[in-house]
Amino acid sequence: MSEQVGTVTWINGPVVRAEGSRYVSMMDLVEVGEDQLVGEVIGLNGNVITIQVYEETSGMHPGAPVYDTGLPLSVELAPGLLRSIFDGVQRPLPVIEALSGSFIGRGIHVDSLNREDRWDFTPKLQVGDKVSGGTIIGTVPETEALEHRVMVPPDVQGTLTWIAPAKQYTIDEPIARVETESGEKELTMLQRWPVRRARPYQMRRSMTEPLITGQRVLDTFFPLAKGGTAAIPGAFGSGKTVTQHSIAKWADAQVIVYIGCGERGNEMTEVLQEFPHLVDPRTDRPLMERTVLIANTSNMPVAAREASIYTGITIAEYYRDMGYHVALMADSTSRWAEALREISGRLEELPAEEGYPAYLADRLAEFYERAGHVETLNGQAGSISVVGAVSPPGGDFSEPVTQHTKRFIRCFWALDKSLASARHYPSINWLDSYSEYIEGVASWWRDEVGQDWHAMRAYAMELLSEESRLQQIVKLVGSDTLPDEQRLILETARLLREGFLQQNSFDPVDAYSPVEKQIRMLGLILNFHRHAQRIIKQGALISAIHDLPVVNTMIRMKTLVGNDELEKFDEIQKEIDQQLEQLEAEYV
Amino acid sequence: MSASDLGVNEVLGVSRIEGPLVFVEGIGSVGYDEVVEIIDARGRMRYGRVLEVGEGLAVIEVFAGTSGLSIDGTRIQFTGQPYHIPVAEEMLGRIFDGLGRPIDGGPEPLAERYADINGSPINPTARVYPVDYIQTGISTIDGMNTLLRGQKLPIFSAAGLPHDQLAAQIVRQVALGVPVGQPPAKEQQFSIVFAAMGVKNDVAAYFRESFTESGALTRVTMFLNLADDPPVERLVTPRAALTLAEFLAFEKGMHVLVIMTDMTNYCEALREISNIRGEVPSRKGYPGYLYSDLAALYERTGRIKSSEGSITQLPILTMPNDDITHPVPDLTGYITEGQITLSRDLDHQGIYPPVAVLPSLSRLAKDGIGEGKTRADHSHWASQLFAAYAHVQDVRALASVIGEEELSEVDQQYVRFGKAFEQEVVNQGLTENRSIEATLNIGWRLLSMLPQEELTRVSQSELDEYYKGSA
Ligand SMILES: Nc1ncnc2c1ncn2[C@@H]1O[C@H](COP(=O)(O)OP(=O)(O)OP(=O)(O)O)[C@@H](O)[C@H]1O
Ligand SMILES: [Mg+2]
Repeated sequence: MSEQVGTVTWINGPVVRAEGSRYVSMMDLVEVGEDQLVGEVIGLNGNVITIQVYEETSGMHPGAPVYDTGLPLSVELAPGLLRSIFDGVQRPLPVIEALSGSFIGRGIHVDSLNREDRWDFTPKLQVGDKVSGGTIIGTVPETEALEHRVMVPPDVQGTLTWIAPAKQYTIDEPIARVETESGEKELTMLQRWPVRRARPYQMRRSMTEPLITGQRVLDTFFPLAKGGTAAIPGAFGSGKTVTQHSIAKWADAQVIVYIGCGERGNEMTEVLQEFPHLVDPRTDRPLMERTVLIANTSNMPVAAREASIYTGITIAEYYRDMGYHVALMADSTSRWAEALREISGRLEELPAEEGYPAYLADRLAEFYERAGHVETLNGQAGSISVVGAVSPPGGDFSEPVTQHTKRFIRCFWALDKSLASARHYPSINWLDSYSEYIEGVASWWRDEVGQDWHAMRAYAMELLSEESRLQQIVKLVGSDTLPDEQRLILETARLLREGFLQQNSFDPVDAYSPVEKQIRMLGLILNFHRHAQRIIKQGALISAIHDLPVVNTMIRMKTLVGNDELEKFDEIQKEIDQQLEQLEAEYV
Repeated sequence: MSASDLGVNEVLGVSRIEGPLVFVEGIGSVGYDEVVEIIDARGRMRYGRVLEVGEGLAVIEVFAGTSGLSIDGTRIQFTGQPYHIPVAEEMLGRIFDGLGRPIDGGPEPLAERYADINGSPINPTARVYPVDYIQTGISTIDGMNTLLRGQKLPIFSAAGLPHDQLAAQIVRQVALGVPVGQPPAKEQQFSIVFAAMGVKNDVAAYFRESFTESGALTRVTMFLNLADDPPVERLVTPRAALTLAEFLAFEKGMHVLVIMTDMTNYCEALREISNIRGEVPSRKGYPGYLYSDLAALYERTGRIKSSEGSITQLPILTMPNDDITHPVPDLTGYITEGQITLSRDLDHQGIYPPVAVLPSLSRLAKDGIGEGKTRADHSHWASQLFAAYAHVQDVRALASVIGEEELSEVDQQYVRFGKAFEQEVVNQGLTENRSIEATLNIGWRLLSMLPQEELTRVSQSELDEYYKGSA
């Protein structure tokens, strides 16, 4: 299949130059050296071919052969993706482990997807049906959580001349034949798609439904819409990974693609060990059944790290095309940008800011543009929501990756080192973060949850920003000098911070907070505030309000009230009313 | 070292020498990253490594530096493979130089095999997630930043702070953790692999003495590249140490604690090479690949399914200018699973170990503490202490403006709590080995100095059991 097209002349880490054929194409996948290490053509100049190699090049020498596969770097798309863990160029890590043991060997060539597994295929079409890209040929229960919809590849169009009967097939076996303009085409369940090219869809749709994550600070304060984009920047240890893991666990998406891009091995192992035992509250099936993991950890080759983001988003697009809501997490896009920088540096390209190549912004834009809520080729609604972690050096958001990312995302979850060190988790700063989806999803809350979320959220935000202003004064003179009405704002803001915004991802109850619970909690705190405000005007002392036992209850209600016993909030409401009324009685 | 039996490819004379780099032309088939033997005009041999190769030219970094090398008369032998060191169980108790050659007067170790110092990445699917805690006997670690077997937890220090004492104390006291109420484990001991990069002679001597005194020396292997040793050699030292650690942990089933000091010196050596090569720098002149390079070291930690053993890393680095945002601590923090940060301020107050608990963190702690591991209340206990101590900082800031007398009654209680916390939880003796139970009890005693309503991070039942203050 592959022919020798050149010989290596120069090696510098993952970047290799070869001399040879002028017929090699940009972005072609090549194999380099006796070990046939996989690489990709990233530059052509006369007969000089520049290649980024996806494996460690240690020991490679000039004169080594280069073979061209004639194909661009592509992923395999078929049943079997879910529950898998791949490296950055879609090599299945468990298969590699079986072949090379606990340490990743080099030059291992394996199929991305298993060729022996047989899948229950149910045809959905009949001979004579007109088909085109995206048409659903049949379905396969890929996992109990998800029906895999086998589609006609985007570039095929014609009339169905044969379709396989309901039976088990491997992904290589023919399941349909289509008469096209250029002759008859046989289709299998397997398709390939070049990772650097976005898969087509019909058109973009507006984003009006929130991606519910069960994280209060996100859902209530800075919602992400299905099909939207979010960035989560923060210094080391501020909570990017924990937040992304929480979203991967609890978000109401049907498919999760989680890309560990240049991060820790243990974090991927944690997901691998935990997800099969966690149950998706919506399908009642283990979370792993809806999850695809891409792990190209920090010690794995840097060029494959660069590719991992594209591998992940292409898989996400494939499930989107079936009409599913997909959420993609990339941890961390900064490591991906650094991979670009490293390759660019070895190519001796002219750097722009901080050594990053000038095309950094374009690449970021291309990536985030592949998110969206769309009408698929087969006329369904599907979406990809993208959440990218950003790891700014020194935690300083003015650096290029954070700044460029900000241009292409619409939801910004700013992690705050000082909140993290005070162990306020998630340490998402409510004053620095924003979401541009608030107006868009407001009607969803009204229709689905039946509450004026928009107004409640706005009121809570107002109290929090007022608190921040008051804290400036408190820092100078202490809170005793403030009038009680303002001290009540401090008290309510404390309730919001400790009782509502803080959410421990490792607490069995609080890890996930349903929207109904979120809105009840917020409602209680705001009602408390309004009522307390009234009686303070009548002369009640702030210290008396602070000492009410129900204040403590409100701080603890997130764990006191289980997610399926929301009626308990009625009791808390009653307690609030009683205690405040009693206090009121003393002053009237 | 085992190299000379392989097909040797030799050149005489080099074309350029610049800093620790040598440029050779007219070479045949030379591999990227392969080891070379460089023989000067007087017949003395030193090692180097191929950094870049192509068009008949190779760039070689010379571990021992280039002084004494000449353009003509220098002979280069290419060995055909990356740098290997011998590994063997009998290397425990021995001392080697930064390249892995014995310097304790003993013989060359009898190699069980030769291993490539670069190692290979551990497959994430082959890992076992760490869940077993290590008892160091130090409250700020065991209680508030619990270290697990298979974790990488650096000490962020600065010039003049007692990081060496702390590391030595950990080595003396390190034991497998057991739940409160169970007798301490006896037999299983840790083996120690110690790598020094550019540290002063007296620091290495301090560690050696401390290991000798505690009887640990037979379980310790030391790789020493000292301040007056060639800087480029430093790039090999941690790799050699980790190669032995991997052998002991994953082939011999041992629990290995790796101490690497000082990572800042390592990074400076890397920067030096990068600058001489004219690479595009990222921050403060460090190369853009510093993150990946450090990750290649720090990720050689953990547990794997196929072995009982584990590697736990305790790298030590000194923050230039006490600046935690400097690229070395910053990139380290982005790779490791938390950090123990030392504070000059606490040190000035005579508190040892001067661990600043708020900027310290153990990310894996959550999975190694609690019921059946330490004690059921542990994680709430820690969270409460963190929250209370964080509030102490705000109160102190306020007190410095309005005066302590003007603080509210509760805030004054916080001030007293903060002082006691530093004196009793953080502060402990150089030889004081606290059980986890003792640590938890001290914490509760101090939390009892605060009004019960303030303690919102612990549960009511925990308060009922452990809170001793006036409600
Ligand atoms: N919501 C949360 N609940 C409880 N603990 C949290 C939460 N968020 C963060 N933490 C704590 O903070 C630690 C660090 O979080 P995390 O690993 O997500 O940081 P990060 O931003 O991904 O850091 P890095 O950039 O170094 O990867 C966690 O190990 C955990 O102890
Ligand atoms: Mg992280």
